Amino acid sequence: MLQNDTDIITGIDVEKVRNDFPLLARKVFGKPLVYFDNAATSQKPTFVLDALEDYYRRYNANVHRGVHTLSQEATDGYEAARKKIADFINARHTHEIIYTRGTTESINLVAAVFAKQHIKEGDKVLISAMEHHSNIVPWQLVCEEKKATLEVIAVNEQGELLMEDFEQKLDSSVKIVAVTYVSNSLGTINPVQEIIRQAHAKNIPVLIDAAQAVVHLPIDVQKLDADFLAFSGHKIYGPTGLGILYGKQEWLNKLPPYQGGGEMIKNVTFNKTTYNDLPYKFEAGTPDVAGAIGLGAAIDYINNLGRDNVFKAEEELLEYAMQQLTGVKGLRIIGPLQNRVGSISFLLESFHPFDVGEILDKQGIAVRTGHHCTQPIMDFFCIPGTVRASLSFYNTKDEINALVKGLERARAVLG
Amino acid sequence: MTINEAQDEIIEEFSFYPEWMEKYEYIIQLAKDLPVIDEHYKTDGNIIKGCQSKVWLHAEYKDGIIYFTADSDALITKGLVAMVVRVLFGHTPKEIADADIYFIDKIGLRSHLSPTRSNGLLSMLKQMKLYAVAFQAKSLQN
Repeated sequence: MLQNDTDIITGIDVEKVRNDFPLLARKVFGKPLVYFDNAATSQKPTFVLDALEDYYRRYNANVHRGVHTLSQEATDGYEAARKKIADFINARHTHEIIYTRGTTESINLVAAVFAKQHIKEGDKVLISAMEHHSNIVPWQLVCEEKKATLEVIAVNEQGELLMEDFEQKLDSSVKIVAVTYVSNSLGTINPVQEIIRQAHAKNIPVLIDAAQAVVHLPIDVQKLDADFLAFSGHKIYGPTGLGILYGKQEWLNKLPPYQGGGEMIKNVTFNKTTYNDLPYKFEAGTPDVAGAIGLGAAIDYINNLGRDNVFKAEEELLEYAMQQLTGVKGLRIIGPLQNRVGSISFLLESFHPFDVGEILDKQGIAVRTGHHCTQPIMDFFCIPGTVRASLSFYNTKDEINALVKGLERARAVLG
Repeated sequence: MTINEAQDEIIEEFSFYPEWMEKYEYIIQLAKDLPVIDEHYKTDGNIIKGCQSKVWLHAEYKDGIIYFTADSDALITKGLVAMVVRVLFGHTPKEIADADIYFIDKIGLRSHLSPTRSNGLLSMLKQMKLYAVAFQAKSLQN
């Protein structure tokens, strides 16, 4: 008899997986590090670090260029990573995966080339009030250039998108919708599938900022039917400096190139250049080969642990964290109480987030403070910023308890 | 008291607090003791906006001496602001322009001077020196 899948799933032994991340053993100010800044960047497992070192020590070469063995091996590693990433988000074609420097560059790329062809005076770009600056400013720049308007979907007091406002603003003058799947500052999960469905009913394409979502939720670009989706490797246990842009083949073929240079061309004369096929049309210059191989390794690592196991561990930890934090006297959660993932933003009494963050730091607890590059949503809540604790599967309940204790200490010192 | 004597005094005060939390408790006490800035000086024109916290700074120039008053919306920053005001308060433009502010580093709060933290303190120090240079130029004209 075949063994049932559920029998194999053993969940995650957190003490064991922590050993996979050497940095987690660090001490800060003599205290064991409690790393709760995962939404900014995740720590890296030895498996990824080894893959990077192996590449540089054994087969470092430029890709797609040389006839020699090293170049072939580097190209194989680089392209194998692309395939792993395509499978990870269930892209139909591997060439729909474009390597960039990060989520920011992925969004800038789409904004620039999409605007060139599809945005003209009087048109609109629709984003949401909870976007990261990297999904606001690139659109602002193209709107200014094209004399188009940036429209914003409003949110409610719980930090959830107002879908009726979205429906109202989604008229024929909207040329593209760009929204985040998960808010980096509030942890809100947005109904992106529904947003895409409604936009497509009016033939409007949608870009999804999945920088936060890709770590905590299963992503299936075909099921979502997203036209573009962007994320960064470093938030999903890969190295910094490499990002991903997924684009539907039809769109990527239609849009003009972003940057010019080597790799992205087929034939160059001084009169006319013809561009390379996908994905290389959008990858000018020598790419971040090590970064791609590192991200490939990170995906192997996660697949090995089992994505369901990872998500389940994170869900359990988030529930515990919400329960413990809402029990802290004078603590106010900014954002929804349900349907959230990853980050927990809060304020303690009327203390400045910066003060709370600094006192936590001296107890070895790393949180982010400030506006988290989402100034407009902070203005909406009339606050200078928040304290943000963002969790990963390698965090423990003991660490949540340490955070609660740290906050009690902060209250005693600041009060 | 010279600017450096005032700085050395602060360094000595902090040497009594080897523990981080004690240091912070002392900084916060200083913040609470900082004379309140006149509300009508807390204008947008006097704001020094950092990424994390805001600082308000007002300078008054009387008989060749500069008098600073300041405030911050974050308590720890405000404590540091209080110390900087204490060190530079009541000095001549030249003394302030030439001052080397070393006490923040010596008491272990150098992170507050890092431009990436951009909490307003570093910008405040720059602004104080700018005031000093401006008043110095003004006094030379007269």
